[in-house]
Amino acid sequence: MMTEQLYFPLLSLLIGLPALVALLLALLPRERHDLLRGVALGGTLVVFGLSLLVWFLFRPGAAGFQFEEDMLWVAGLGIHYHLGVDGISLPLVVLTTLLMVLAVLSSWRAIQEGVKAYLVLMLLLETGMLGVFLALDLFLFYVFWEGSLIPMALLIGRWGSERRVYAAIKFLLFTLAGSVLMLVAAIVLYLWGGNTSDLPQLLRTLPGQLPFALQSWLFIAFAIAFAVKVPLFPLHTWLPAAHVEAPTAGSVILAGVLLKMGAYGYLRFCIPLFPEVVPYAVPWLSILALIGIIYGSLVALAQEDIKSLVAYSSVAHMGFIVLGIFALNSQAMAGAVLQMVNHGLSTGGLFLLVGVLYERLHTRRMSDFGGMWARVPIFGSFFIIAALSSAGLPGMNGFVGEFTILLGTFHVNIAYAAVASFGIVLAAWYLLTAVRRTLFGPARQGNGSLTDMTAREILVMLPIVILFFVIGLFPNWFFEKINPAVEVLAVQSPAPQVHVQLGK
Amino acid sequence: MQDVPTTWFLLLGAILFTIGAVGVLVRRNILVMLMCIELMMNAVNLTFVALGRELGSLTGQVVVFFTIVVAAVEVTVGLAILIELNRLYQTADVDEVAGLKG
Amino acid sequence: MLHSIWLVIAAPLAGVLLNGLLGRHLGRAFVGLVGVGSVGVSFVVGALALIELGALPAAERSIGVGMWDWITIGSLQVGMTLRADALSLWMVLVVSGVSLLIHLYSVGYMGHEDERMFARFFAYLNLFVASMLLLVLADNYLLLYAGWELVGVCSYLLIGFWFHKGDEEQAPVVLVDGSQVAVPPNLNPPDSGKKAFIVTRFGDFGFALGVFLIWSTFGTLNFTDVFAAAPQVPTATITAITLLLFMGAIGKSAQLPLSVWLPDAMAGPTPVSALIHAATMVTAGVYMVARNHVLYDLAPTSSLVVAIVGAVTALYAATIALVQVDLKRVLAYSTISQLGYMFLAVGVGAYAAGMFHLTTHAFFKALLFLAAGSVMHALHDVIDIRRMGGLRRKMPVTWLTFLVGALALAGFPLTAGFFSKDEILLKAFEFSPWLWAVGLLTALVTALYTFRALIVAFWGQPRDWPLYEKAHESPPIMTAPLAILAILALLGGLLGLPIVFGVPNWLSEWLAPIFAAHAPAEKHMLSVTTEWLLLGISAAVALVGIALAYWLYAQRGDITARLTVTLRPIFVLLINKYYLDDIYNAVFARGGQRLAALLAQGLDKAAIDGIVDGGARLFVRGGAWLTQFEDGHIPHYALGMFVGALVLVAYLVLR
Repeated sequence: MMTEQLYFPLLSLLIGLPALVALLLALLPRERHDLLRGVALGGTLVVFGLSLLVWFLFRPGAAGFQFEEDMLWVAGLGIHYHLGVDGISLPLVVLTTLLMVLAVLSSWRAIQEGVKAYLVLMLLLETGMLGVFLALDLFLFYVFWEGSLIPMALLIGRWGSERRVYAAIKFLLFTLAGSVLMLVAAIVLYLWGGNTSDLPQLLRTLPGQLPFALQSWLFIAFAIAFAVKVPLFPLHTWLPAAHVEAPTAGSVILAGVLLKMGAYGYLRFCIPLFPEVVPYAVPWLSILALIGIIYGSLVALAQEDIKSLVAYSSVAHMGFIVLGIFALNSQAMAGAVLQMVNHGLSTGGLFLLVGVLYERLHTRRMSDFGGMWARVPIFGSFFIIAALSSAGLPGMNGFVGEFTILLGTFHVNIAYAAVASFGIVLAAWYLLTAVRRTLFGPARQGNGSLTDMTAREILVMLPIVILFFVIGLFPNWFFEKINPAVEVLAVQSPAPQVHVQLGK
Repeated sequence: MQDVPTTWFLLLGAILFTIGAVGVLVRRNILVMLMCIELMMNAVNLTFVALGRELGSLTGQVVVFFTIVVAAVEVTVGLAILIELNRLYQTADVDEVAGLKG
Repeated sequence: MLHSIWLVIAAPLAGVLLNGLLGRHLGRAFVGLVGVGSVGVSFVVGALALIELGALPAAERSIGVGMWDWITIGSLQVGMTLRADALSLWMVLVVSGVSLLIHLYSVGYMGHEDERMFARFFAYLNLFVASMLLLVLADNYLLLYAGWELVGVCSYLLIGFWFHKGDEEQAPVVLVDGSQVAVPPNLNPPDSGKKAFIVTRFGDFGFALGVFLIWSTFGTLNFTDVFAAAPQVPTATITAITLLLFMGAIGKSAQLPLSVWLPDAMAGPTPVSALIHAATMVTAGVYMVARNHVLYDLAPTSSLVVAIVGAVTALYAATIALVQVDLKRVLAYSTISQLGYMFLAVGVGAYAAGMFHLTTHAFFKALLFLAAGSVMHALHDVIDIRRMGGLRRKMPVTWLTFLVGALALAGFPLTAGFFSKDEILLKAFEFSPWLWAVGLLTALVTALYTFRALIVAFWGQPRDWPLYEKAHESPPIMTAPLAILAILALLGGLLGLPIVFGVPNWLSEWLAPIFAAHAPAEKHMLSVTTEWLLLGISAAVALVGIALAYWLYAQRGDITARLTVTLRPIFVLLINKYYLDDIYNAVFARGGQRLAALLAQGLDKAAIDGIVDGGARLFVRGGAWLTQFEDGHIPHYALGMFVGALVLVAYLVLR
C-alpha cells in the first residue's frame, strides 16, 4: 500500500527525536540545570506535537497499519526495520508522549542531583517506549522492549528513595526473566516463519505451519513475558517495590506506559500469532486477571503507604484490561485499549499528586496525612477528581473503559463479569479510604507549613483532568480509531443479535 | 637409512607433554611453570610435525609455525607478568600470590 | 422547550462550573444567585416543557432528544439521548421544584460557612440536581446508570461536606428536671459519606449486571427498543434482569438489607438531608422501577419481591423510628419507611400511586427536614429531642410548618400524605390483604412516631433552659420555603384525589399514557363501598396513632416510662436497629479489612514475595558456595583445566 505518507518517515522521527534530544542534552554543560530542563521539555513537547499530528492524520475507520515504514535492517537475516501504527498503538503513542511532557515538567524541582543524566535517561526511555508501540518486527520490538527497560531501572536505582537499588534490581530481573522467554520464542518463530521476523509477513506465512504443541509453548513464553510487565498475579510483586521507590516521574511513566507494554503485547502478538491456542488460554489468563482485580483491590486496602496503595490499584486495574482483551469481542477489546489510556491518566495523575505531597512532607504514610483538604484545597480537589476517575465515575474516563470491558465480558462469561464488577465496589472502597485518610478528618499537627500546588504543578495536572472529562464524555473520538483495529482480532465471539432495529 | 618410526616421535611428544603438565601442576616457581608450558607446547609441535610427515601433509608444519609465533608472544607476555609480579609481591612463588581469590 | 430539554441539565451544570471554579472569588450573594438561579431555569424550562407536552395528543407524548453519540463499538450503540415524556417531565418538575426551594433555604442555612465552603456547597448541590435530572431524563440504561452513579457521588461529597470533623465525644447535659442525658457522639461526616457510597455501590453492582444482561439479551440499551422486544424474551431472563436492577434500587433507596447508610447520611448539612436523602435521590429506585414497569409487569416474581421488600422495610424502619432521640434520625427512618410504601405500590403494579406518593413525600419530607434544620439552626446544631421541648413558643413558623409536615406524614385526613398513602393501601388490598395489613400497621406506627417527635420537641415545657434561651426563629429566606412546602404538603393531595370522590385523579391520568399502554388488564375493581371503607380505616388509623402519641407523650409520661421498663428487650432491639449495622460492621467492614491485611501481610509479603526473594537468596548462596573454589592459586586453576581436558579427551575417546 503506497501512500503519500510513506515519503515522510513520521514514525521514525517520532522515535528518533527523543534520542537526538538526549544526545543534544549530553553535549550541554551539566550545571546549567534550567537550560537542560528547558531543552528536554521543548524536546518532549515537539514529540508530543508530532504524535498529535499522527493522531489527526490517522484515518479512522480503516483497519491495518498506517504511516508504515519498511526496510531491511539486517539484510542477511531478514530482519526488518518495520514501523507502523494502528488503532491499538495510536492511543498509547499519544499517551506516552503526553505523559513524558508531564513527567519532565513534574520533575522540575523534584530532581536536583544529576539533572543531566536524569533527563538523558528520560528521553532515551521515551525512544524505547515509542519504539515498542510502533515496531512491527519481532526483533526490532525486542530491542526496544529491552531498551526501555534499562533507562527505567537506572532511573529507579539512582533517583529513587531508600530501597531504590533493591527495587531497581527486582524490576530488572523480573522483566529480563520474562523477556528471555520471549526472545527464545521469537527466534523459534523466526525459524518457522521462513527466516523472517517481520510481523505482517509472519502473519501471512505462519498459519497452518506451526504444530499445535509448539504454538502452545510459544504462546506461553510470550504470555509470561507480557504477564510480568502487566503485571498479572502472581508475577506482580516487582510493581509495588518499583513504584514505591521510583521518583514521581518514574512512577508515572511506569504505571502510565510501561505496564501497557504488556497488555499491548497480548493484543499485538499473542492473539494474532497463535489464534488456535487463544481459546485454551482464555480461562487461565481471565482467571489470573480476576484474581488480580480482587486481590489487588484487597491488598491495596491494607496498605499504609499511599504509593503502595496506588501501585496495588494498578494491579487491579490492569486485571480489568487483561480481562477485556481476552473476552475477545470488540466491545471488551476496544474498552481495554481505551482503559489502557484511562489507567495511564488516572494512575499517572494519582502518582503526580502523591509526588506533590511527598515533595512537601517527605512521607508517604497515610497516617501522617489527614485533614489536608482544608490546608491545600486545590490539591484536595485534584486528588478527589483523580480518585473518582480511577473509581470509574460516569462522565469521566474510567467509567467508559470499565463499562465496555465488563459489558463485553458479560456477553462471553457471566461469572467473570460478576466477579470483576465486584472489583468496582472494592475500588470505591480503597480509593475512598485513601481520600478519607489523606484529605478528610481533623487537620493534623505539624503539617502547618504546607503550601498548595504551584502554578507549574497545576499546569501538569490540568491536561490530565481535562482528558478525564473529554474521554468520559466523547469516547467515540477514541473508539472511531480503535474499533477497526480490534474488530480484526474479535472474530471468535459475535456480539448479541440486535432484536430491534434502532431508530424511531 | 632406516626412518625413525612415527610412533617414537609420538611417544617422545607424549612424554615431553606429561613432564610439562606435571611440572605446571607441581612446581611453585612461576619461571619454571612457564618453562614447563614451553615444554608442553614443543611436545605438541613435535606431534604435529611427526603426524604431518606421516600423512604427507604440510598443514602440520604450517600449524607449527603459528604455534612458534604464539609461543614467542606468550613468553614475552608471560615474562612481563612475571616481572610485574615479582615487583609487586617480591616473590616468584605462585602459592603466595592469590589475587584472583573470589 | 421540549426539544431543548437538555437545558434542564445544562443550567445546573453551568452553575457547577461557575461556582466550583470561581465561586470563592465571587462573593456569597452571587454564588447563591447562581445556585438558585440555575435550578430556577431548570424548573421553568421543565414546567414549560410539561405544558408543551400536555398540548400534544396523548399517544405522541414521548420526545427523544439526541445530543451526541456517546459510545459506539460495533453493535453497542449508546447515545447521549434524553427522553421527555409524561413520567420524566413530572420527575423533572418534582426534582427541580423541591431543589429550588431547598437551594433557597440553603442560602440562609449555610450562611455561616466561609466563602470557599459556601461556593463548594452550591456547586455540589447543583451537580446533584444536574445528575438527578440526567437520571430521570435518560433514554437508555447506560445514561440512567450514569446519573445513578453521579447522584451517589454527590451524595458522598455532600454527606462528607464537613470533612474536617472527626468523632466528637460530647459531655452529658443536665436537663431542667435534673436528669443527665448522655449525648451520643456526633456522626462522623467523612466516614458516613464513605459508608453511603460503598453500600449503595454494592447495590449498583447488581444494577450494572442487570444492564449487562439487558444488552446481552436485547443487543440494545434503549428503553423503547428494550420494552418493545421484552414480550418475546423468556420470563426467567426478564425476572433476572428486573431483580438485578432492583438490587440497585435497594441500595439507592435504602431498602432492606442495604438500608444502613441512610440514617448515617444525616451527618451532612440538613438541606442535603432534605434534598437528597428525603425528597429526591432516594426516590430514584422507585422511579427506576416505574420506568421499567414494562419489564416488571412481565416478571410477577420480581414484582412480588419488590412489594414484599417494600412492605417489610416500611414496617422495619417505622419501628426503629419509634425510639430514636435524634430528630433527623427519626426523619431518616421515616424516609426509609415511606420509600418502602412506594416500593409496595410499584410492586403491586400501582405505578401511578407510587409516583403520587413519591411526589407528596417529596413535599412533606423536604418540609420536615428543612423545619428540623431550622430547629438545628436555632439551637446551634443540637438535634437531640430530649433537650428540646416547648419550642413552639420560640419558633412559631417552624412549629406550624413542622406540624403540617407531620400531619401529612402521619396521613391525617385530607393532607397530601393521606391521599397518596391511601391510594397505595387501596392497591395493596386489591393485590393481597396481607400486604395491606402490614401497610396499615406501618401507618399506625408512623402516626405514633411522628407525633412523638413533634410533641417531645415542640410541646410541653423546655427541658434544657440554656439551650431554650438561645433559640430563635430562622430568617425569612429559610422560613419562606417552609411555608411554600407546607402549602404543597397540605394541598398536594389535589393532584390525585380518589376516584370515589367523583373527580378525576389528575396525576394518574397524566401518567396513564406511560403506565396504561403496557399495563395488564385490570384484575378486579373494588366496590365503591369497600373503597370508602378502606378510606375510612386509613383515616381512623392515622387519628388513632396521633391520639395515642398525644396521650403517651404529652399526657401520661409515666406510662411511657413504665413501658420502657416493661418492654425493655424490644427497646434494646430497636435502639440497636435490629443489630443490622453491627452485623455489617463485623462481617464486611472489619472482616474485609482483616482479610485485606491477611492477604497483604501473609500472602503478598510473606508467601509470594518470600518465594521471589528466597529464589534470589538461593542464587546468592549458591554463588557464595561456588566462590570457595576460586581461591586464586594458579596451580589449582591449572589442575582444573587439566582434569577438564582429561575428561574431554576421555569422552571423545570412549564415546
